[in-house]
Amino acid sequence: MATDSRLTPKQEMARRTRRGFMVLGGGAVAAVAGWIALNRGAADGDIPPALRGILGFNEGVARSTLFADSHLVKTYPPSEVGNIKVNADIGLDPDENLDDWRLEVTPFGAKEPASKLTIAEVRTLPRREEIIDFKCVEGWSTVTQFAGARLSDFTAKYAPGSERAQCVGMKTPDEEYYVGLDMPSAQHPQTLIAWEMNGQPINSDHGAPLRLVIPVKYGIKNIKRIGKIEYTDTRPNDYWAERGYDWYAGL
Amino acid sequence: MHVIEEKHKLATRWFHWVNFPILSLMIFSGMLIYWSFDPYTIGLPGITLFHFFPDWFYNATHIDHKLAYGMAIHFFAGWLFAINGIAYFIYTVVSGEWRELAPEAKSFGEAVQVMKHDMGFKTPLPPQGRYNAAQRISYSAIVVMGGLSLLSGLAIFKPAQLHWLTVLMGGYEWARWEHFWLTMGYVGFFAVHIAQVVRTGWANFRSMISGCDLEEVEAANGD
Repeated sequence: MATDSRLTPKQEMARRTRRGFMVLGGGAVAAVAGWIALNRGAADGDIPPALRGILGFNEGVARSTLFADSHLVKTYPPSEVGNIKVNADIGLDPDENLDDWRLEVTPFGAKEPASKLTIAEVRTLPRREEIIDFKCVEGWSTVTQFAGARLSDFTAKYAPGSERAQCVGMKTPDEEYYVGLDMPSAQHPQTLIAWEMNGQPINSDHGAPLRLVIPVKYGIKNIKRIGKIEYTDTRPNDYWAERGYDWYAGL
Repeated sequence: MHVIEEKHKLATRWFHWVNFPILSLMIFSGMLIYWSFDPYTIGLPGITLFHFFPDWFYNATHIDHKLAYGMAIHFFAGWLFAINGIAYFIYTVVSGEWRELAPEAKSFGEAVQVMKHDMGFKTPLPPQGRYNAAQRISYSAIVVMGGLSLLSGLAIFKPAQLHWLTVLMGGYEWARWEHFWLTMGYVGFFAVHIAQVVRTGWANFRSMISGCDLEEVEAANGD
């Protein structure tokens, strides 16, 4: 900083001290104002709109610069499989008769479900198996084995043409739990609709008879007991996004 | 008489004071996230001496059940932390100021002398430049830690798309462990830093804001 030669060193020191503290104080005021603006207008249970906007920005960066079908999540040998805990039972009605279970598929552009599939029909798809680290949004993760069909294979067979849609929405039969997925993540080669977990048919707690396994997303997107699949261009509702979490939730 | 002594460059002061609220925000939001899965302890095998964090801590701070909000804040402030930190790093390298900051071979021995002196022993202080040996080590370490926090954070944030980075950090679980302990390192740094600033006194603190200090010199020619 230029020294003003008309001032004595003591005056100069006082001037620079004053200026420094004023800038610091101004910065502090600006920071507090920014913090208040960032936190304004949150609906009940949701995060403020400004933060939602930032999550959207982060999603854009991730989708345009990071995400690729060729980016596969790490897979593990069977010896590393752990014992995954049951973390939630939303949408898993214990009184539901699973013999009556059907998968309602609404292809892109359709208003009504075009088909109601039995589990036997779903299982005609090529079987895929993967051992992945299932990651909960809470921070824990457990290596788990899943077997089922690729969602991309399912789409090609039971909703051909729906790959053009921007999104996929899935709901439990009772519609208590629901997720929205972006199409690239849904079509990822490691995204399965699974009927087997750790070598056994998936049990009721983990989403019998058919659940989503999408290891490029947090567990909150891995919906159990899928009852309805719909292909849309508008973002489907998402249970946890409505409760403040990132809609994209991509890893 | 007195003369103005230049202490800290304007850029250094900006980077420092911008970083302070950002890092605070990162630690705060990180705590909101950590609460939802808080496995880390210190102790011996089978004996937990301290659990991060005990119930009384959560009760006192009310950081519970705010995971979604914490993640949103963290993934906002993370941008600011990264931009400010990378800009600081580039500035320090390009301006050549790293020479006053990076530890030298003799710094490690001298840092022990500085610490003994600061703890009240009658150890003489070795001659020093802008920063003493202990400062060179700790201020350089904190820059390296910042870089590691960014890398381990990205490894947790995008373990699928940045798989190579997660592997580099030792895997998903290790990356989270590193990220946590780096943060505890900042808290420790902060405690010592504040204690030293208080100990060193007002003129030193002021120089981090004004950039300069008044130095007393022998009057020349009765000026």
